[in-house]
Amino acid sequence: MSDGARENGDRDNLKTDEAALSARLQRLGERLARDHAGRPSDGPGEDRATTASGYARGFRLSSELVAGVVVGAGLGWLIDRWLGISPWGLIVFLLLGFAAGVLNVMRSAGVVTGGAPDDGNPPPYPPPGAGEGKSMNPPPRAGAGREGEK
Amino acid sequence: MTIDPIEQFQIKNLMPMISVGGHEIAFTNSALFMLIIVAAVSTLLIVATAPRALVPGRLQSVAELSYEFVANTLRSSTGTEGMKFFPFVFTLFMFVLFANLIGLIPYSFTVTSQLIVTATLALLVFVIVVGYGFWRHGLHFLMLFVPKGVPVYILPAIVVIEVLSFISRPVSHSVRLFANMLAGHITLQVFAGFIIMLAGFGVLGWFGAALPFIMVVMLTALELLVAFLQAYVFAILTCIYLNDAIHPGH
Repeated sequence: MSDGARENGDRDNLKTDEAALSARLQRLGERLARDHAGRPSDGPGEDRATTASGYARGFRLSSELVAGVVVGAGLGWLIDRWLGISPWGLIVFLLLGFAAGVLNVMRSAGVVTGGAPDDGNPPPYPPPGAGEGKSMNPPPRAGAGREGEK
Repeated sequence: MTIDPIEQFQIKNLMPMISVGGHEIAFTNSALFMLIIVAAVSTLLIVATAPRALVPGRLQSVAELSYEFVANTLRSSTGTEGMKFFPFVFTLFMFVLFANLIGLIPYSFTVTSQLIVTATLALLVFVIVVGYGFWRHGLHFLMLFVPKGVPVYILPAIVVIEVLSFISRPVSHSVRLFANMLAGHITLQVFAGFIIMLAGFGVLGWFGAALPFIMVVMLTALELLVAFLQAYVFAILTCIYLNDAIHPGH
């Protein structure tokens, strides 16, 4: 794999390379599976809390949305009163508040985990570079997380 | 005969008003039940931890379990650094839990079914989060509102949305607990009202009244679950918000 010139001659070498790679991939998969399996055990109550009753979950999500819209509308209304720009503050902030409400709902449902982790399973010890390490190379992050847990 | 399901939430003044600096301070049934809750929690924990047995008895293991439960919740969401907030979170959890549970006793008053109580608790959390965040991190705390990896041209809108989302936290935090308690108690009261109305129709009505009675029994069990669940949700949300104050830049 490393040098294409000798590829024809050293078939065995290539095979062992591939075997090593697949072994590493398998190990990586196992570690990822273990980490993901370990994650719910960090916050088992929250999982139970969200799945215990759909009523509670629905209530939670709807209150998040309503809170965003209400806060946006209230802030817009106040800005209107202070600055005297009558309809515009309310219009703009109502829309922004709606967006904030949707963001709240998505966070609380665990769809997005950007910004503040507002969902049920926050990282046990948020490492400083949790955001950027996520997509690039999982193994070091997983290792770091386990170190932190000990 | 009609039963008003809202009547149970009425605030009644129990003592003559005392005027303090032009403000009238009333000792209401809400205040009385808050005192009862504080007394109950304190008594439970003081009595339970008095023996200090190595092998805990029944009461002591209740106290130890509640400690471990809150400590684990807090530690898993904020790390060991967040443990300095343990007394605060534990107090909140026990207060809300006992308020919910004591509210389930017939003829008692549910403190957490008052929006002003839950809003005060949620605002307390909010103020502590903001205050501690600024005290600990200074202006770096504002990085909470600037998510990473967002293109510059939509950053202003995102920041405003993040700020609104942050401000809306105490609203949803308080309304969730309040509305759950309010809805649960109204439902219980309405179904209990059906029993009395049906029972007024004579013998046939008694058989009919069995249905809402079963319903009330089941709802009481559900409310017991909700009482615990909402106290837990209140506590874990507090932990998550505190986590933002401790580690704002993600």
